[in-house]
Amino acid sequence: MNEKLLQVSGSPHIHSGESVKKIMWSVVLALLPAFLVSIFYFGLPVIILTFVSIASCIVFEYLIQKYMLKGETTIWDGSAVITGMLLAFNLPANLPLWMVVVGALIAIGVGKMAFGGLGKNLFNPALVARVFLLISFPVQMTSWPIPKPIFKLGADVVSGPTPLGILKEGVKSGQSVESIMHNSDMPGYVDMLLGQMGGSFGEISAIALLIGAIFLLIRKVITWHIPVSFLLTVFLFSGIFYLVDPSYYANPFFHLLTGGVMLGALFMATDMVTSPTSASGMLIFGLGCGVITIIIRLFGAYPEGVSFAILIMNALVPLINKGFKPRIFGKIKQ
Amino acid sequence: MKSSNMKTFTIGGIHPEENKLAKEFAIESFPLPKQATIFFTQHLGAPSTPIIQKGDKVKVGQLIAKADAFICANLHSPVSGTVAKIDMVADITGYKKPAAIIDIEGDEWEEHIDQSPELKKEITLSKQEIIERIKSCGIVGLGGACFPTHVKYMVPPDKKVDYIIVNAAECEPYITTDYRIMLEKAEACLVGVQALLIASGAPEAIIGIEANKPDAYEHISQLATEYTNIKVVKLKTKYPQGAEKQLIKALTGREVPNGKLPIEVGCIVNNITTTHAIYEAVQKNKPLIETYTTISGKRLSGAKNFKIRLGTPIEDILSTVGIPENTGKIISGGPMMGKAIAQVNSYFVKGMSSILFIDEEESKRENALACLRCGKCVFACPMGLEPYLLHFLVENSRFEECEKNGIMNCIECGSCQYGCPSCRPLLDMIRTGKIKTGAMIRARKN
Repeated sequence: MNEKLLQVSGSPHIHSGESVKKIMWSVVLALLPAFLVSIFYFGLPVIILTFVSIASCIVFEYLIQKYMLKGETTIWDGSAVITGMLLAFNLPANLPLWMVVVGALIAIGVGKMAFGGLGKNLFNPALVARVFLLISFPVQMTSWPIPKPIFKLGADVVSGPTPLGILKEGVKSGQSVESIMHNSDMPGYVDMLLGQMGGSFGEISAIALLIGAIFLLIRKVITWHIPVSFLLTVFLFSGIFYLVDPSYYANPFFHLLTGGVMLGALFMATDMVTSPTSASGMLIFGLGCGVITIIIRLFGAYPEGVSFAILIMNALVPLINKGFKPRIFGKIKQ
Repeated sequence: MKSSNMKTFTIGGIHPEENKLAKEFAIESFPLPKQATIFFTQHLGAPSTPIIQKGDKVKVGQLIAKADAFICANLHSPVSGTVAKIDMVADITGYKKPAAIIDIEGDEWEEHIDQSPELKKEITLSKQEIIERIKSCGIVGLGGACFPTHVKYMVPPDKKVDYIIVNAAECEPYITTDYRIMLEKAEACLVGVQALLIASGAPEAIIGIEANKPDAYEHISQLATEYTNIKVVKLKTKYPQGAEKQLIKALTGREVPNGKLPIEVGCIVNNITTTHAIYEAVQKNKPLIETYTTISGKRLSGAKNFKIRLGTPIEDILSTVGIPENTGKIISGGPMMGKAIAQVNSYFVKGMSSILFIDEEESKRENALACLRCGKCVFACPMGLEPYLLHFLVENSRFEECEKNGIMNCIECGSCQYGCPSCRPLLDMIRTGKIKTGAMIRARKN
């Protein structure tokens, strides 16, 4: 017996088996339903664009870790794959591929590695890249291919506006919301749920995104706090405006189902590294994301505000973590 | 089983694999060894004073070390025979402590101990006599901490006891001694609880049992109908349900304030196996000379529950059950809060409730990765702390902030570290931080 020494360490002596890798690959798995829907509507470009985005994220992470930081490479922990996937999901399916590569460089280089790598970044890397691309290439970043199921033969994909774009332009030109909703380009609510509408290719199908998010909830990768608080705020806040003037403001269901709200609330805002750690902090974070999103949509220059909202709230996370701590058990009220 | 009737604590908690592998096996008495090695101090608190010398003849139950300080416990000889040596002997952690080595001759008990198996229900001792008996019999908390039991009943005059809380949660994985005691010795335990009610003057006792032991719950509930002042409550299976403060919260809704003892909210907590020892002390005049121990492990064929005399060599048990192939770590106590045994060449002490074999593979820690700030540790902490933050503060020696962030409230349950996806040594760091922060606080007071 005494020939072999026993391991000695402090308690606990068992571990749940949860790991960074398992979490990351679960997120990748959860993104697959939305990915499949996108392939269905936009076809081959979706596959190519996603592949290019993921591959460039991995390559940039490897190059930076190996040759600039001269340290360990961690490309197989799955986090670069998620960044690549989420970045791709936030792009129009017909974006030139070289722009995707530029985006990947910004996401990994500026969004992640400049802060010290996984766990240290302040902003969601994929969103940093998306906003960078949106500001640098506004035309390409806002020309959206029209979704068309792949088995339906027809003309080549042509570009068209997103529902939020139609709304913004319509309101600007003085039309009432009701008449805008009857615009021939405007998809119906069922189409919005399923994903037949213009937009970044990963954000279109609310149902597919919800399925992925439910998996993450069951798998305990995310908690309900951020998605529920984000979506509820979007619904209630836009609902208030709708009640005040339904001819000028769109109804809350429209705001929930269009643009990046679903993708943002379920997959971007819940990024654990860039969101608060306590339950109350998460609720505040989601609330902030929802409010800013609606303010930008209703009063801003851009038709969509989810990316900006999440990035702004990302910046506030350290403050939220300080201000919204869990209550210590047995703390005496003073 | 209606889950809505189950009580539980409100924040944090985890669900580790239960692995109650020994639950079907009745408690067996482990045979007497040839020689017993008895550490003089087997409790939490000031060391006891030895009162025997080399060459002395001792009987089972004879006082061999005396409690002189306030938080201290008596120790009695668990065996009969001749003291061969008083020496410094390594305990399971490898730390040398004074011990008596006794060559065993027969099994001769002190006459005043009632060895008959009959259940003695009627309690004739008074409040003071019961507390005195618990003290003289060297009873300590058998849930793991080994805190001298009588000290809990020296209630300050301005405090009143509303509840005796009996901890039968047994929330640690693997361990099944409390469960077996409940099935096999429930009636004695209930008499022990009655003695505690008299000793404290409390009007009611609540026994909390986790829902994963339905037969023990039914059995005790059935027997407790005889007593109007004992309530049996089913608790949700959740770790650390058996932690003192969490248990009080679950059963009474009361919250022990920071840095205070349960008596602050009118509660005294005792483990169910301790109530059995109290029964034996009060009704049978029997000192604490045995430990109930679960021997278990995933690869052990034949997990078992034993009643073992204190001072029995651990190696005797190991050679009886056989150490499983590929054992990388042996633990005394539960896998969440127990101690890793550095030295199998040591001896059983009070409250050693289990010996567990952990696989080579499971015993090694994964490399720690960067913190993802996922908040899993925050959600798991039953004390409402932020373990990831404390880890960071300790790493950077920021102990003032550790104190502000409540580091001293950590109960060291390990829930944070158990679930950390980055496998960070959260509890190691927090323990270090508690020592440093505690020293800082004491220095400030002086």
